Amino acid sequence: MINFQQVTKRYANGTTAVVDIDLEVPDRQFLFIVGPSGAGKSTLLKLIIREEVPSEGKVFVDKWDVTKLPGRKVPHLRRQIGTVFQDFKLLPKKTVFENVAFALEIIGRTSKEIKEVTEEVLELVGLKDQRNLFPNQISGGEAQRVAIARAIVQKPPFVLADEPTGNLDAKSAWEIMAILQKLNELGTTVIMATHNIDIVQTLPHRMVEIEHGRIIKDSELKTKN
Amino acid sequence: MFITLLRLIKTTFQRIVRSPYHVIAATFVLFLSFFVTAAFVLIMLGSNVILKHFESKPQVTAFFKDDTNLAQVEELKKVLSNTGYLANAKYVSKEEALKIYKEQNKDEPILLEMVTADMLPASLEVFATDIKYLPNLAEILTKENSVEEVIYQKDIVSNLTNWTNTIRNLGVIVIAFLFVTSLLITLVVIGLNISVYKDEIEIMRLVGASSSYIRIPFIFEGMLYGVLGAGLAVSTIWLLLGYLEPVIKELFSGIPLLPVSNDLMLLILGGEALTGVLLGFISAVIATWKYLKV
Repeated sequence: MINFQQVTKRYANGTTAVVDIDLEVPDRQFLFIVGPSGAGKSTLLKLIIREEVPSEGKVFVDKWDVTKLPGRKVPHLRRQIGTVFQDFKLLPKKTVFENVAFALEIIGRTSKEIKEVTEEVLELVGLKDQRNLFPNQISGGEAQRVAIARAIVQKPPFVLADEPTGNLDAKSAWEIMAILQKLNELGTTVIMATHNIDIVQTLPHRMVEIEHGRIIKDSELKTKN
Repeated sequence: MFITLLRLIKTTFQRIVRSPYHVIAATFVLFLSFFVTAAFVLIMLGSNVILKHFESKPQVTAFFKDDTNLAQVEELKKVLSNTGYLANAKYVSKEEALKIYKEQNKDEPILLEMVTADMLPASLEVFATDIKYLPNLAEILTKENSVEEVIYQKDIVSNLTNWTNTIRNLGVIVIAFLFVTSLLITLVVIGLNISVYKDEIEIMRLVGASSSYIRIPFIFEGMLYGVLGAGLAVSTIWLLLGYLEPVIKELFSGIPLLPVSNDLMLLILGGEALTGVLLGFISAVIATWKYLKV
């Protein structure tokens, strides 16, 4: 479970990114965070992975109190959370296989384990045949699938996706959504920040709308009301 | 743990191969520092050998007139001994002088033909307890009627001592300057590498790499620059010594400067490699602390 309690984030330059956020995301939920640019969507995701620390309030990820987490524990937190970004963040000099395997290498898995798990995950995202290609030899949709494969290869219980379809055509965007849906069905909590209203309206998931750093609408609460 | 260490070493080498100009820049600067250091160490050791060579020679030699007898020599020895400055005094008779002359010129028969013991003066080789007492002993010998001529090497030894001290002081300043420069350049090179790999570092952080996993390849890199620089410097000195051996032997004939023992060269290599590792480590730690925010 991810839990925001009265979270406010102010930057040193005086900008307030999010204000008084109270949000609970239960395990296995698929949550859309929507809102205009600068609304605070990305900040919310950064607060979860401790890229940012709240100015006020607390953020919990399962047992972790992210706000009090010492620096040396942050890597352990991040191994529980897969992250996917609009710009894929792939390493251009590594192949598809190496880009995914990389996430296992850094946590000290054996070569045999890495090979097995990476192959399995590449099959899940439909990229087994592209395993030896470099990022510049594959399409944007395929690159985003590599990024998803890397995000889930450590088998994290949470996946955060920040505008994962932002750079993709409609067909590729739906392919990515199909993979994220599948992950969610397999038990992963997925939080996705997006602008894509088509996707949000089509898929029957919880949606939280943010504007000027505040939650202005939560579909789940609306249903409850 | 072992797998992780191997991966970190592999990452270090991959990065080095991908940035050859960084490696060349850092290694070359370190090479220069270690080359100058090794050269200074050898010059200092050589100076000491030269100094010892002169110090071990008779420090004052008094040549006697032909009519001097042994009783006069013994009397002179007593006078010298009474000063308290005398370490040792050795009498060399005319016959012994001839023997020495023959030994020194055994390859030149022409020089030996005409010389007899009568032509060579007997002498007294006088060693002082300290070099500063040489003038006192020389003065006594000069005043002695039976002494024809007094030769002593005080000037050579004192000049050499001055030179050695100057070289050592200069060496310390130059080496300190070079090492500070090397440390800063290695730091900048590693800082550049950190900026080259900033995307990779960002991804590593996002997928949960520990701070040490991100930092260690850069620290290995710094240490490797140090070892490479030291190894290259000592190898170059070794080759250079081999090449210059005939020149050095001719220039300092009679002084046992060469060959420099392998043990000494290995000691210099070990010392420099260790210094290199330490210097690289310090540079890398500062660079990662300054430029790497993880």
